This record gives sequence, structure tokens and C-alpha cells, in this order.
Amino acid sequence: MPFVIAPACVADYSCVEICPVDCISPGPHEAGFAQAEQLYIDPIRCIECGACVDVCPVSAIYSAESLPQKWAHFADVNRSYFEDREARHGPS
Amino acid sequence: MGPLRIAVIGSGPAGLYAVQHLLDQTEIEVAIDIFERLPTPWGLIRSGIAPDHHEKKKITDRLFEFYLKRPNVRFLGNVEVGRDISHETLARSYHALIYAVGADDDNALGIAGERLPGSWSARQFVSWYNGHPDFRDLQFDLSGPRAVIVGTGNVALDVARILTIPVEELARTDIADHALEALRNSGLKEVVILGRRGCQQAAFHNAELEELLDLDGVEVRVEADDLIAPGQSGGDWITRRKLATLIRLQTRKADRCRKRIIFKFHRRPVTVLRDEHTPGLDVAVEDGSGGSSIIHCGLVLRAVGYRGRPIDGLPFDPDRHLIPNSSGRVSGDRGTRNGIYVTGWIKRGPKGVLGSNKHCASQTVQCLLADAREGRLSEPVYDEVAKLMAHHRQIVSYEGWRSIDTAERVSGVGQGRPRVKQTRLDELLASASSRAPKTPSSCEATDA
Repeated sequence: MPFVIAPACVADYSCVEICPVDCISPGPHEAGFAQAEQLYIDPIRCIECGACVDVCPVSAIYSAESLPQKWAHFADVNRSYFEDREARHGPS
Repeated sequence: MGPLRIAVIGSGPAGLYAVQHLLDQTEIEVAIDIFERLPTPWGLIRSGIAPDHHEKKKITDRLFEFYLKRPNVRFLGNVEVGRDISHETLARSYHALIYAVGADDDNALGIAGERLPGSWSARQFVSWYNGHPDFRDLQFDLSGPRAVIVGTGNVALDVARILTIPVEELARTDIADHALEALRNSGLKEVVILGRRGCQQAAFHNAELEELLDLDGVEVRVEADDLIAPGQSGGDWITRRKLATLIRLQTRKADRCRKRIIFKFHRRPVTVLRDEHTPGLDVAVEDGSGGSSIIHCGLVLRAVGYRGRPIDGLPFDPDRHLIPNSSGRVSGDRGTRNGIYVTGWIKRGPKGVLGSNKHCASQTVQCLLADAREGRLSEPVYDEVAKLMAHHRQIVSYEGWRSIDTAERVSGVGQGRPRVKQTRLDELLASASSRAPKTPSSCEATDA
């Protein structure tokens, strides 16, 4: 199961810097970072290494199956961020 | 050559991220003094983030604490730059100064009556319920059945949530005791949120809006001309999510409805009046088509944005309410001020989320390090700080803060709360100078 960023995210982007497959967006050098509500993990590219979980300073990252109930829909939210981005810009 | 001596003014996220970037590089040795007006660090993490958003506050334990306690960092709490030490003195005592003082003022509505008793800025209310010593004695009248919040950002939603959430839930947070008591006795039944623009332009974030779905016993109504099916809105992904949530909120039935939140979009407040007949205030509002109405309430909170204040000795942009700068280098009419930097809200204006300050501070620190490398920083003339430390009534050191922190956490253990905040200056200073009580194993506190 891929990892999912829940709304505790403060966009600290330590996760972006450590992710070995660059599957977290928006990073600080991407358009949209300044306006971002939070960061998201691409479930298709995530290799489930968990490096992001350890570096997140607010423990906002969960594996999809262990998301707290109130944030259960964030697996969809993370996925749809990338679907929307792809629909607008084509595959990254 | 000794280390590069740097003063960081302000210990909120902006200042601490600057400290992180300075300490994460190894090219230039640094010695950092952090000046903080309060005895406690963390800025808006302590006094701004809502008490029920405890996850976000983990950033102090999981990140900033590790930088604050480094041997080449000194925390100088209870020292106010401009009162206890001047900018000029500071500038002569360090190679570089980084102002990370945030945005301490509020945007006004610009309407008559907005300063009447009972009408406040949301910042005052937020600082009060979070136990900021400067705001803890404010008296908010929560006895009336209705409050009006002007503005639709995350601060507006934080305030609406705190006013309506079951008090038992707040009692498990680090909300200030005086606020918990006042909210327990509150007669408030309804919170009206006024948005000048439509719901598709609302400034709140999706997560904050979605939280309203989980508010126990709170019904939410949405009055908006532009509340339409997300697919038909033509809005972006963020806006479509908000529309979907607003529709869910609108159609959801709260069990045992205790309280109500009503969004009124396209409603512009035009005046605040004291009601002649009953206690409270009347807010006159206009809709888009010239119609007007009166909302009677006991409390008005304006949440239409923060803004920066000028600092003695530094240039100020009175239109943007920030210190003019080029990538963090302070620049005024007389050109760039060597060795003087800004980061965070006083640099870029009050926008973005907590982590936005990390990227912002990175740019400022890169400029500072480049200036050091290329010899643009002047050697400190004297160690004024040593004199200040000898004469100041009480400086709160890192160890002093640890004593406060431990005392607060220990008080929280028995009540099932993360901490019980100390909110009086004298109480905080007394804790800072006392020996830290023994930390129970259930506390996360590190050794003092």
C-alpha cells in the first residue's frame, strides 16, 4: 500500500528532499508550491520505502491502510491531485 | 577568525527555519543568538495554531527543539528588540541580523463601528484562547446566542470551530484554561461567517472546511449564489473539492443539533452599530444586488488577514506592510542594508502555510552566506549582548524554557492534556527560574 499525506501536512518538504523516486509534489521549486494547501504522494510511483514517514516533522504521513478514519478519503485526495495534474499538463 | 555571529529576531517558524538552514550547512561556522519577546519560543505554533490541531504542533518536538538546543545557539527569551536593546546596538554586535518577527497587526474592515466594544480582531481571540500573555486578560462576551465572523480564511474557520466544538473535546487540548472556562459557560448557539466574495473564492483550505463535517452536534448551512455542482463550476481541482464539501455540509443532518454555523457568501458588512434596545451589536450587511439586512450578535470577529508592523531603524513598505527586501536582503531608499535580513511574513507578507517559511528562509540564508563569503559583512564592534545580559531583569535561557515546558507538560499529565499552558508573564518567569521538576516517563520532554 502506498503512503498518503494527511492534512496535518505543513508543507515542510523534507519528504520531497528524501523521496528516492521523486513522487511527492509540489516541491519548493515547482509552480504551485507557494499556494499549496499541502503536499501529496503519487500512489502509482510510490515504492513504499517509508523514508518520508520518518522525516515528516508533523507525522502527517500514513500508509494507506492505517489512515485514521477521519482522513480515510485522503488516499483518494492524494491520487486525484496527480490525476488532475496529469490531465492539465500530461504525464510528468 | 571566530564563528560568524548571527542574531535571529523572533523564534517562530520563520526564525527557526532560518536557524535550521544556518546549522545544516558546514561551510561557515556560526554562533546564533535567538531573541524572543516572550519567555516562550515557537511564535504562532504556540499562539496561533488551533488547540485541536495538535498534530501540527509536533514540529517543535520533532524538528525545532533539536536546533534550539544546539551548543552554538543561545535562546534569549523575554528580550524585546526595540525595548531592551536597539536595532543599532544589535547591528553593531553581530555580523548579521535576521528579522523573523512575523505580522503582528491586522487588516481593518474599513467600516464604521468595527472598533466598538464587542468587535475584535480574530487575532485577539486566537491569541486569547491560545494563552498568549499579552491577550490572556481580554474579556470576550460569549453570553449572546450569536457571533459574526468576517472573512473566510482558515483563521475564520479555526475560530468558528473553537466556538462550536464540544467543550469536552477542547478539554483534552492545550487550550488556555481561562478560554476553556469561558467557552464552557458560553451561551453561543450560532456562528455566522460572512464572505464578501462567493464560495468559490473562499480562502479556507479543503482540510479545514472538511473538518466541519466531523463537528459533533453542529449543523452547517451555506447561503451562496454560486454553490453549484463541482463539475459545472469550471473551477480548478481545489475549488471543485470545496464545492463538493459545501454541498455535503449543506445536506448533512447533525444529530442532536447543539449549534449552527451559517456561511453567508456575497455579503459585505457596511457598519457595526451598538444596538439601542438589547445588549450586543448590529452588523449591517449588503448583498451583491443592493439588498441589505441586519445581523444582531454579541460578538464580532474580523478575520480578514494579518499584516506586518514597522520596526524602528528599518525601512518599511506602508502599502504592502512589510520590510522591503531583495531575496531577504533588506533594501530601502539608501540601497541594500549590509548584514540585515528578513524572513517569513515580514519579508513576503502573511501568506502560505507553516512550511512555506522553510523555502523562504532558505533564500534568505543563501544570501547571508554569500555575503559572508564575499566579505560584505562587517565585524561586530562590541559585545553589547554581554552587557544586556548582565543588566536585563530576567533573560529566559533555553534551560529556562525547558523548565517552563516541563512544568506545563507535567500539569497536563493528570488532566489527559498535552500541556496546561502558563499564561501569565510572572508565572512563566517564575517557572523559568525554578529547577525543572522531574519529568515523568509519560512526558516527551527531553532532559532540561
